[in-house]
Amino acid sequence: MSKRIDVKDLNVYYGKFLAVEDVNINIDAKSVTAFIGPSGCGKSTFLRTLNRMHEVIPGARVEGEVLLDGDNLYGPGVDPVTVRSQIGMVFQRPNPFPTMSIRDNVLAGVKLNNQKISKGEADALVERSLRGANLWNEVKDRLAKPGSGLSGGQQQRLCIARAIAVEPQVILMDEPCSALDPISTLAIEDLINELKDQYTVVIVTHNMQQAARVSEKTAFFNIAGTGKPGKLIEYGDTHTIFSNPTEKATEDYVSGRFG
Amino acid sequence: MTTTSLTSSRGAGRAGDKVFSGATLAAGCLILAVLFGVALFLVVQAFPALTASPDLIKGGEGFFAYIWPIVIGTLIAATIALVIATPIAIGVAMFISHFAPRQLASGLGYVVDLLAAIPSVVYGAWGAAFLAKEISPAYNWLASNMGWLPIFQGPASATGKTILTAGIVLAVMILPIITSLTREIFLQTPKLHEEASLALGATRWEMIKMAVLPFARPGIISAVMLGLGRALGETMAVALVLSSGALTASLIQTGNQTIAAEIALNFPEASGLQVSTLIAAGLVLFVITLGVNMIARWIIGRHKEFSGAN
Repeated sequence: MSKRIDVKDLNVYYGKFLAVEDVNINIDAKSVTAFIGPSGCGKSTFLRTLNRMHEVIPGARVEGEVLLDGDNLYGPGVDPVTVRSQIGMVFQRPNPFPTMSIRDNVLAGVKLNNQKISKGEADALVERSLRGANLWNEVKDRLAKPGSGLSGGQQQRLCIARAIAVEPQVILMDEPCSALDPISTLAIEDLINELKDQYTVVIVTHNMQQAARVSEKTAFFNIAGTGKPGKLIEYGDTHTIFSNPTEKATEDYVSGRFG
Repeated sequence: MTTTSLTSSRGAGRAGDKVFSGATLAAGCLILAVLFGVALFLVVQAFPALTASPDLIKGGEGFFAYIWPIVIGTLIAATIALVIATPIAIGVAMFISHFAPRQLASGLGYVVDLLAAIPSVVYGAWGAAFLAKEISPAYNWLASNMGWLPIFQGPASATGKTILTAGIVLAVMILPIITSLTREIFLQTPKLHEEASLALGATRWEMIKMAVLPFARPGIISAVMLGLGRALGETMAVALVLSSGALTASLIQTGNQTIAAEIALNFPEASGLQVSTLIAAGLVLFVITLGVNMIARWIIGRHKEFSGAN
């Protein structure tokens, strides 16, 4: 239950401004792929185009193809709502719905896609999703309490539970640990390692050690200067990118010489 | 070299602090004092009417018999106004905040705010001179087709100057305040939560149900209560539009009266005990408004834990 993503000749525009230029990348199913690069290089923007979340931003548009197991996300008649229910997303800051209990947060997406769900099934799904997000033991006694009462790391895992409850093909993570302390970060990284057994995971991170720890493949994005479009500079096995990159810019970045 | 001791402090900054906290304390106390003063005035002035022998009060049956029909009339007019205005206001606010193209949205928001700037006497004149006349055929239709409902019992007023017309005028008057406030609340919905629901595969309407409305709920209630406060207290529009009379269940016949209009129409010629009676009516209106606001606070407070403020 996970699919591969192939991106062909993708350009992303904000109005007339070309934000990301000519990206070609093949992301394997059941793997973790990390996007690294300096701020403003377009990696988050590019990540959003993988489930059409960039369309929330006024003026953002895309040229090119994103294929999910061969089906173009931008093909005619493709509904972004369907795309997003197959490709889940976890955001930079934990965003559980503040007006919902922990249980309702986990079920939020499921109730959209499949209105009728029996209480027994719902209970089982809540437990399965929270166990999948390594959160069950911490919250099992307070499922009716608001999700906003949890710690930041717990909230982020709740958001991951909410994303996996709808059983997506792919999970996109946009700097999921940047607002968390090291212990919570470790918990999320462990979780990412487990998620890849079932899902295709794509993660944007500013933390190069994190990319090295969690991912199998790494893509390095860079920008030539302000006002210039971001580009995919190099993509390959994480080990290669960090120890023996082909491009000079990649080597400078991973060795901390700039950015 | 100068050493700075922990016990020495900058005099000027401290003084500013004290002045500021004193000023805010004074402002807070002033509000309480004004409220208390008004309440005290109402109680003292109303006292003769509450204790006078029943036959001296207008109507000749005591204060309670005098006040309860116009209390009901006030509540009917305010309820009509809320029932009409609330869904329209929420719809308009939602359209402006989440559906309209940006340029149309700002223009529309401006027009709605402009509605609030029209003086109430103008609304009253419009209601009396235009709306009442235009709407009376509709009342005739209601009387002949839905007359079996007590609220639409005929014969309909020929002039159209009924409590329903007054309620509609009130609805137009409270529409802008509810719309502006709910629009602001809708716009404040955190982007994070909107994106969270969209990323789960929600349509726009599902996103609004999941993220926007729950977040805005306390704000919507506050906005409606502000509108209700205005509807309860509105004087000129009702005084001009409604040809008042005894309490009746039918909304399309002449009759009914509201407290504020009753006070405004009778106060200029009142003297002695009549003044006390009208002030007592004012006290009742004050208590109703206070009660409504407390209920609203209670409703908002009930879900504090889930408000997202923690």
